[in-house]
Amino acid sequence: MLAFLLNRLLQSVVVLFTVGLTAFSMFRFAGDPVNQIVGVDTPPAERLEIRRALGLDDPVAVQFARYAGAVLRGDFGISYQFRQPVSALLAERMPATLELALCATLFALSMGILMGVYCALKRETLLAKLFLAISLVGVSLPTFLIGILLIFLFSVTLGWLPSFGRGDTVRLGWWTTGFLTASGWRALILPSVTLGLYQMTLIMRLVRAEMLEVLRTDYIRFARARGLTTRAIHFGHALKNTLVPVITIAGLQLGSVIAFSIITETVFQWPGMGLLFVQAVQNVDIPIMSAYLLLVAAIFVTINLAVDVLYTIVDPRLRLSTGNAR
Amino acid sequence: MSEAAIASRGEPLARRSRWARFLDSDLFSSFRRSKIAMAAFAVTLLFFTVALAAPWISPQNPYDPAQLELMNSNLPPLWQAEGVRPFLLGTDDQGRDVLSAVFYGLRLSLVVGLLGVLVSGTLGIGLGLIAGYFGGVLDTLIMRVADVQLTFPAILIALVVDGVAKAALGGHMDTDATIALIVVSIGLSFWVQYARTVRSQVMVEKGKDYVQAGRLIGLSSPVIMVRHVLPNVTGPVFVIATINLALAIITEATLSFLGTGLPDTMPSLGTLIRIGNGYLFSGEWWIVAFPGLALAGLVIAINLLGDWLRDALNPKLQ
Repeated sequence: MLAFLLNRLLQSVVVLFTVGLTAFSMFRFAGDPVNQIVGVDTPPAERLEIRRALGLDDPVAVQFARYAGAVLRGDFGISYQFRQPVSALLAERMPATLELALCATLFALSMGILMGVYCALKRETLLAKLFLAISLVGVSLPTFLIGILLIFLFSVTLGWLPSFGRGDTVRLGWWTTGFLTASGWRALILPSVTLGLYQMTLIMRLVRAEMLEVLRTDYIRFARARGLTTRAIHFGHALKNTLVPVITIAGLQLGSVIAFSIITETVFQWPGMGLLFVQAVQNVDIPIMSAYLLLVAAIFVTINLAVDVLYTIVDPRLRLSTGNAR
Repeated sequence: MSEAAIASRGEPLARRSRWARFLDSDLFSSFRRSKIAMAAFAVTLLFFTVALAAPWISPQNPYDPAQLELMNSNLPPLWQAEGVRPFLLGTDDQGRDVLSAVFYGLRLSLVVGLLGVLVSGTLGIGLGLIAGYFGGVLDTLIMRVADVQLTFPAILIALVVDGVAKAALGGHMDTDATIALIVVSIGLSFWVQYARTVRSQVMVEKGKDYVQAGRLIGLSSPVIMVRHVLPNVTGPVFVIATINLALAIITEATLSFLGTGLPDTMPSLGTLIRIGNGYLFSGEWWIVAFPGLALAGLVIAINLLGDWLRDALNPKLQ
């Protein structure tokens, strides 16, 4: 098991190193960093001076080492458009994104499991078929279109829910939260549904398939023979056994939820990291782009690693085999 | 498989045209049996026809500023009280006919999507062939890059490629360059799936006798790979390409919606939706609704077609 985990850890380091190299190359070779700092009328001598001060004349390897060192200390450079440290900008926006991702995941998990169980138990009903049809549309449609549709229905036509922003937020230390105000909760609903819909359909289909599989097994038949109630069989035995793959998928999807929040945050003008990233792409703000990329990579790698570790704890078969089993 | 069936019926293969053979194939009979596949195919065909014929069937050329009248801006669809001929689906903020804009936008979205599939497919198939056929260091290198890339969603990669290229090129580009850039971003974001599939297929094919025979008569590796191995791995590639087309169209639309794709002067469906989104609250719902419907219909139809194709070509389900 130790070999397996070490192998995984090594892979994670390779991934992070590659992404770091990409981020550094973006920094160094896409456009001239000096041009981003100085004005148009800066004399060449002064430019050379800045060039030397920034260390742009050093060998590339030295520059990369310096960049990596700075990143490890949490220093991602200065944003071209905001003239502020990128780390501060990201820290300020992070709570909004994480709260949105959390709500979207919880929505996807609860609704996905409920609908999946229903579709498996009442396979032939009209409602189950409707759920499956909705799930097909949910998988096909682009996120921003779903967001616009929800805004049109619930903000423009019905006027029930706000269509942009976080509502009122409360500051707890450096963390700003929308969980403590009514308007914050109302503002969370539409973006969470938009962001979570894809994951919800994924979980729903998975739960349905797993439930149908489990319900055919011998131990369920045995439980029926023992005279247990249908409720106890379905929820106490069948559902419990479908949850391991579901939680794995939900965990692995958490990273893409955070990355996909780019689109949702733009539709709803949600003041999170994704919106910051889109604005950075539009304004060619390389420091923010590379920092965001590194951050998302770190989140992905951490989640994958955590899932791997949990797996070895949950599934004893993995502890015995040391190969590349997943 | 179908060739064997035909041969057993005693008809010489050469005399039957490709078309006749296609009509007799398992694939076509599976198509005839699936109502969803036929409907999806009809809708997709309709969209392709409209896109191809856009310059001839549109009431207006939305790219020609001389044809746009600001007087005609924000008109509702024809069936509403203030609707004006010939604007069947109304006009947008610049007096652009929404129907014509959707037709031309469809054209652009499909062109970018198809080119994106072509680039990602060529890249992925090529790298997959190389990785699978040669193995060793090349294989490890290509597949490690694929692994790293798989950790990120495609849209994020497309955004980064787009942003970096803009920084490198200085940010001032004409429309053709923008289209090329989007195509390349899509190509670089979606090659991994082709490469993985082709690689695993090639590793199976590599051990078969015909490859050995090819080597024995002195064929070069590229010839064996492209002329003999590649035709045997096209089935799954075709399925990926169909689903990939829907994804490529969505990616282009998303890039355009986020404001890093096609410009307002040459709008794709995504650009039209972004423009229309700004008018949602002032009641001009038609500017966003019709491009949105077109995009949704197109993507769902292609996806359904891809789903059917995957099941039809899967030998386990037959």
